[in-house]
Amino acid sequence: MKKFLALLVSLLMVLTLLVSCGGGGDTTGGGEEEGGGEEGALKVGLITLHDENSTYDKNFLDAFNESCSKLGVEAIIETNVPEGQECYDKAMDLVDKGCSIIFADSFGHEDFMIQAAKEAPDVQFCHATGVKAHTEGLANYHNAFAAIYEGRYLAGVVAGMKLNEMIDGGTITADQAKMGYVGAYTYNEVVSGYSSFFLGAKSVCPTVTMDVTFTGSWYDETAEKEGANKLIQNGCVLISQHADSFGAPTACEAAGVPNVSYNGSTKAQGPNTYLVSSRINWSPYYEYAIGQVQNGGSIDADWTGTLDTGSVEILELGDVIAEGTQDKLVEVEAGLKDGSIHVFDVSTFTIKGEALPDGFEADVDSDPEYQADTPAVSGGYFHESEYRSAPYFPTADPIDGISLLDTAF
Amino acid sequence: MDKNKKKEPLIHITKRKEISRSREWAIRLGSILIALIVCAIITTLTTHLNPLSVYASMWEGSFGSERKMWALSKELSILLMVSVALAPSFKMKFWNLGGEGQVLAGVLATSACMITLGGKIDNAPLILMSLVTALIAGAVWAFIPAFFRAKWNTNETLFTLMMNYVATQIVAYFIIRWESPKGSGKVGIINSNTEAGWLPYVAGKQYLLVVLVAIVVTILMYIYLKYSKQGYELSVVGESENTARYVGINVGKVIMRTLIVTGLVCGLTGFLLVAATDHTITTTLAGGRGFLGVMVAWLAHFNPIGMVLSGLLIVFMSRGASEISTAFGLNRSFGDIITGIILFFVIGSEFFINYKVHFRKSGKEAADA
Repeated sequence: MKKFLALLVSLLMVLTLLVSCGGGGDTTGGGEEEGGGEEGALKVGLITLHDENSTYDKNFLDAFNESCSKLGVEAIIETNVPEGQECYDKAMDLVDKGCSIIFADSFGHEDFMIQAAKEAPDVQFCHATGVKAHTEGLANYHNAFAAIYEGRYLAGVVAGMKLNEMIDGGTITADQAKMGYVGAYTYNEVVSGYSSFFLGAKSVCPTVTMDVTFTGSWYDETAEKEGANKLIQNGCVLISQHADSFGAPTACEAAGVPNVSYNGSTKAQGPNTYLVSSRINWSPYYEYAIGQVQNGGSIDADWTGTLDTGSVEILELGDVIAEGTQDKLVEVEAGLKDGSIHVFDVSTFTIKGEALPDGFEADVDSDPEYQADTPAVSGGYFHESEYRSAPYFPTADPIDGISLLDTAF
Repeated sequence: MDKNKKKEPLIHITKRKEISRSREWAIRLGSILIALIVCAIITTLTTHLNPLSVYASMWEGSFGSERKMWALSKELSILLMVSVALAPSFKMKFWNLGGEGQVLAGVLATSACMITLGGKIDNAPLILMSLVTALIAGAVWAFIPAFFRAKWNTNETLFTLMMNYVATQIVAYFIIRWESPKGSGKVGIINSNTEAGWLPYVAGKQYLLVVLVAIVVTILMYIYLKYSKQGYELSVVGESENTARYVGINVGKVIMRTLIVTGLVCGLTGFLLVAATDHTITTTLAGGRGFLGVMVAWLAHFNPIGMVLSGLLIVFMSRGASEISTAFGLNRSFGDIITGIILFFVIGSEFFINYKVHFRKSGKEAADA
């Protein structure tokens, strides 16, 4: 027992020593910390589903850190927050820490953010990808998204150009121009994404068709890889995806099939097959929302970023793109910006053989029966992301030319 | 040199016959202390942060504010209930790795009641119905592997583990059935406007009810294991099935009965997760507690009261790990490394409590002897 006590005492001494040494190093560290939280500096919170190891969350984290340092506000980040009560707990914890505005990045956080927003009316809650702000009627709860369908459309143009090159080169015939798309769920955002991608391709390659398969997960590398392989075996000559892993790009690189990526460039994963990628840049929104709080202004219930705000981005072009792609992109982008081109121009597509009529209603207000409630077609095109920020392109039947291989999800 | 003299090994280990309480705790606390020192060194070397401020922030993460203390109590209560549920299984040496699935069964039953009956019947019968179906669902999920083990001596480890995957997939199926909006794969907060089927707040505190239930369940389980005939029978089965058979215990019956007890408490936990805390259903709502609970139970030697301490240690470190990543902008993995090291030492200390390590005496001493 004595021996043991001696050991304990010596351990304690080591600890004390360590403490005193560590204490020396701390003064600077602690000082910096306090310096960051100087009086008057706005505190801004972010809640993310995963951490920077997920491409989806990294996109938010990078933009958030960049915006906060640009605006000189103090960032407090809670990563790995699941879509449950934990999200509410963390949001309220951020309120306790003195945050004036709190962001969350994942769809499933929405209800818990609303719960927190009701409890802390003086704090602004901004939820990306959510759908309920315009119906919830809370002054301090807001949704944001970007007109990413325009980015997808541009990516589709790049794909269409590549198909034309393949047709002209004799690799495929015009009616073999079939693309494949690996989707996550049959969710509006995904449907809007593949529809606009398809229309982009169709605008330059009229004979194009597309097969879509769903994985039932936002991130499942194996399923995405298998999905891509299945599509390639089915005769798809170009693949794109709406899912967050490198599954599809890797499968494409192995099979030598051109790939259009999402959320980030995958040129490193597929140097011989990567064409282009689009993504949402969240910095403009963060700067807008934080700026409004700084200036005492109010934040829109729904905010949709566009090509103009810099929220919709087309990333680096790959080495294997068709000739003339660059010029075509500039032309189409200008058209989208000045309104001479509309992605969902009803004269360019049909659903079940018919064009969407004027006054066609979409399901913009979420309800359990998925009832259409808002007229969304006017002036010759479907107004995506205008009546709420999150996409609401109808999911019931695909645009003609697109076949859904499975719709279980 | 005497060649016949057997050379004493450098280290040899003997089992301790008895060890005093104070000594036992001294070893435990000593090991935590060493763990903290090792963590401090690793923290300083890899992050150049002052380990003390890291520890302070871990503390902050659990006890920093009233809200955090409530969140800690809630987490501890839920984990404690799962651990307490698993205790009789493991005391019987039935390797029940299916806590996750048994909790999910309760979650699914409660959600099903709340979603399909919410607004159609009054709140009191709805809650009662949710509770009863959750208890039954949990019990059934635990009973199935117990039945196969009792009748055909199947391997319960694999069986219970597989039942987790089955439960997860069934839940995934129903999430797609109940999702809102369509295609999102999320159910969201169930009955958020009507709060139908939600358990009421006790004394205005959202998590107080969960804490109270956990306390009651823990005490009941303590009594069940320590003082009831059934508790004695299952510990005999755990010591030796043959002995149990010899003294006339129906081993198969005890196995099935014990797993029903486990399943009932797991089902109750699932009920609380949906009706009292999270009000939603996801495939990950059990959150790994079915496995964490095994560790909590083992660390406390299946003593439900001891599990309060081991559970607190685990929850405290998990919340601390999360706070570290927020406070210092570190990846969550760093907090997990710290947690891992501390657990390694805590579990390791059990070895030194059960065994005594002897070092070879110096050559001279040995010669004298």
